[in-house]
Amino acid sequence: MTASEKTYLGVPVRKPRAAFFSLTSCEGCQLQLLNNEATLLDFLSLLTIVNFREAVSERSENYEIAFVEGSISRADEIPRLKSIRAQAQTLVAMGSCACFGGVNQLKNRFSDLDWVKKQVYGDHPIETQDVLPLSAIVKVDLNIYGCPIKKEEVEKVITNLVLGKSIDYPQYPVCMECKANQNVCLFDLGEPCLGPITRAGCDSWCPSNRLGCWGCRGPAETANVRQLKQIMREHGFSDEQMLDRLECFGGFSKFINELKNQ
Amino acid sequence: MLFRVFSKNELKNLYDILAVNHIVGPVSKGCNKNSTALYDFDFVYDFEELQLEYSATIHSLKRFILPAKETLCSFTLQKNNWQKHVELNAYKPIVYFGLHACDINALNKLDKVLAGKIYPDPYYAAKRNNMFIIGVGCTPQPFCFCHSMGADSVLHGFDMFLTDLGDSYFAEILSARAFECLSGITCREPGKSEHQRFLEVAQEKMKRFTCHVDTTDLTKILDLEFQADVWREWGEKCLSCGTCANVCPTCYCYGVEENVDLDMRHAAKTRHLYSCNLIDFAEVAGGHNFRPHSHDRLKYRYYHKHRGFVEAFEESLCVGCGRCGNACLANITVPEVIASVRGKEGYHG
Ligand code: SF4
Ligand code: SF4
Ligand code: SF4
Ligand code: SF4
Ligand code: SF4
Repeated sequence: MTASEKTYLGVPVRKPRAAFFSLTSCEGCQLQLLNNEATLLDFLSLLTIVNFREAVSERSENYEIAFVEGSISRADEIPRLKSIRAQAQTLVAMGSCACFGGVNQLKNRFSDLDWVKKQVYGDHPIETQDVLPLSAIVKVDLNIYGCPIKKEEVEKVITNLVLGKSIDYPQYPVCMECKANQNVCLFDLGEPCLGPITRAGCDSWCPSNRLGCWGCRGPAETANVRQLKQIMREHGFSDEQMLDRLECFGGFSKFINELKNQ
Repeated sequence: MLFRVFSKNELKNLYDILAVNHIVGPVSKGCNKNSTALYDFDFVYDFEELQLEYSATIHSLKRFILPAKETLCSFTLQKNNWQKHVELNAYKPIVYFGLHACDINALNKLDKVLAGKIYPDPYYAAKRNNMFIIGVGCTPQPFCFCHSMGADSVLHGFDMFLTDLGDSYFAEILSARAFECLSGITCREPGKSEHQRFLEVAQEKMKRFTCHVDTTDLTKILDLEFQADVWREWGEKCLSCGTCANVCPTCYCYGVEENVDLDMRHAAKTRHLYSCNLIDFAEVAGGHNFRPHSHDRLKYRYYHKHRGFVEAFEESLCVGCGRCGNACLANITVPEVIASVRGKEGYHG
């Protein structure tokens, strides 16, 4: 399908030039985009894709929207990200690594980076530093949360971007979706869950599969972390257990010191 | 109202007569970590699944009449034109077998808002008109305060209501359809001893209530205590998670969203149930939030239930089912909140 063929109610839709980039990550978010074969062609037809390692071989440095997955864990990624920022009108942080540092930032927990390198890479160390989210280096225009991202949500974001509609995320926590899915609350079944403080949008992916939420989407617009700590204790879960979850994806970093000092 | 009694053995026959329709009723959902049985409303496919002696269900009936997410209409987009398709999402009559009085009262309350004369909601009304309701007597649980809310017995809004007399059921019959159903099973008019037993059962139930809410002058007290500190205290606990409204049989607030499909040839308008405890409930165009604090939002939930609705309809929007308090991880319960506002700190049912 060519650019001139895509219309909305007869009005031609301009297909923005988009590029996808990967920094330190598992590339799972990019793969997630390609996952849903039923909608893949429609998805690709909304954008003029000029750079997408997982999907197309064409390369160009002329793009308007940059979708960046992954976090910063090496010095050479910083100039790369800055040049992406300089080119893109809209920079989208895609997935928890890009938004918060993701699972990668777990290594920031250890004060001795050399020890970490030794454990991970043995006698073949590679250059690595503390993990940072994109927003620590450049201005991010849009966050798409999740580890991995939810394909349906990205499709909605892109449709709205193309149509010029506003992009809204759920501000409420996962419990809202969990209750809509008629689940029995995991706390009643004796399992911990970060659902009450984590931003929704995943359709309560984990609790609906009987797994407590680990907070991959980061905090909801209002996140009563202190009260959840109390609730965890009442249900017999230690502060350590809660911290493990809060630290897993990096979204709750601003709450962690406050919580440790309580 | 007509009355009949029938032997408990006949219940299965009644079920079979009704089973040509979809049946929704209380079914088992396993146990919680303390081995307490859990129940919820769901489709029933076999008489044996129906748990008429259930304590209470986790969620209300809203899933069937006011779903958390509902497509109100969809659009087929063409060049310079579009077609709108409206579906009320009510396809077949559903038999609701085994509703407690509180949940039937909750439907009657929802009717005042959603099936009133001025702004009836066709999506709700379509499902509501396709209900055949069999109520069933209950055993008050430690969290039930329906008696305080005047919702422990129900006078209308059902087809048939069954009370367990021991070896037989006492049936109150409100509709011709229900009467016809009973003509298919062996039943008879109750005698004097059954009248007596029926009243005794009602009295026994009354003695079992342990949880109460003092509603005397509550609307005035809520006005007087609008600035009370207790609201802030509850607000500090509140997670703003919306669970209370989600499990509540009478919360009906919603938001509407319009989305265009990825193919740009279809679009839909979808309704999502919402909750006044959620952070952006009172956020308006331009971004101003009238209730940015969780204590304000929590307070307004109580004001709608126990004050605003009472002023409009002379009854509370709470039936006292206790679901919200049970489901709230922060242990915010209606009896304790109301008691604290009345100045009775430390009140526990
Ligand atoms: S399981 Fe988790 S997300 Fe679901 S209601 Fe319970 S706390 Fe909330
Ligand atoms: S339930 Fe929690 S951990 Fe699971 S996908 Fe959703 S936000 Fe992520
Ligand atoms: S009162 Fe409880 S259930 Fe309701 S929003 Fe607050 S924490 Fe959630
Ligand atoms: S406010 Fe709570 S107790 Fe009252 S009807 Fe709703 S869920 Fe039941
Ligand atoms: S305002 Fe709050 S309490 Fe009232 S119906 Fe809506 S969600 Fe329920």
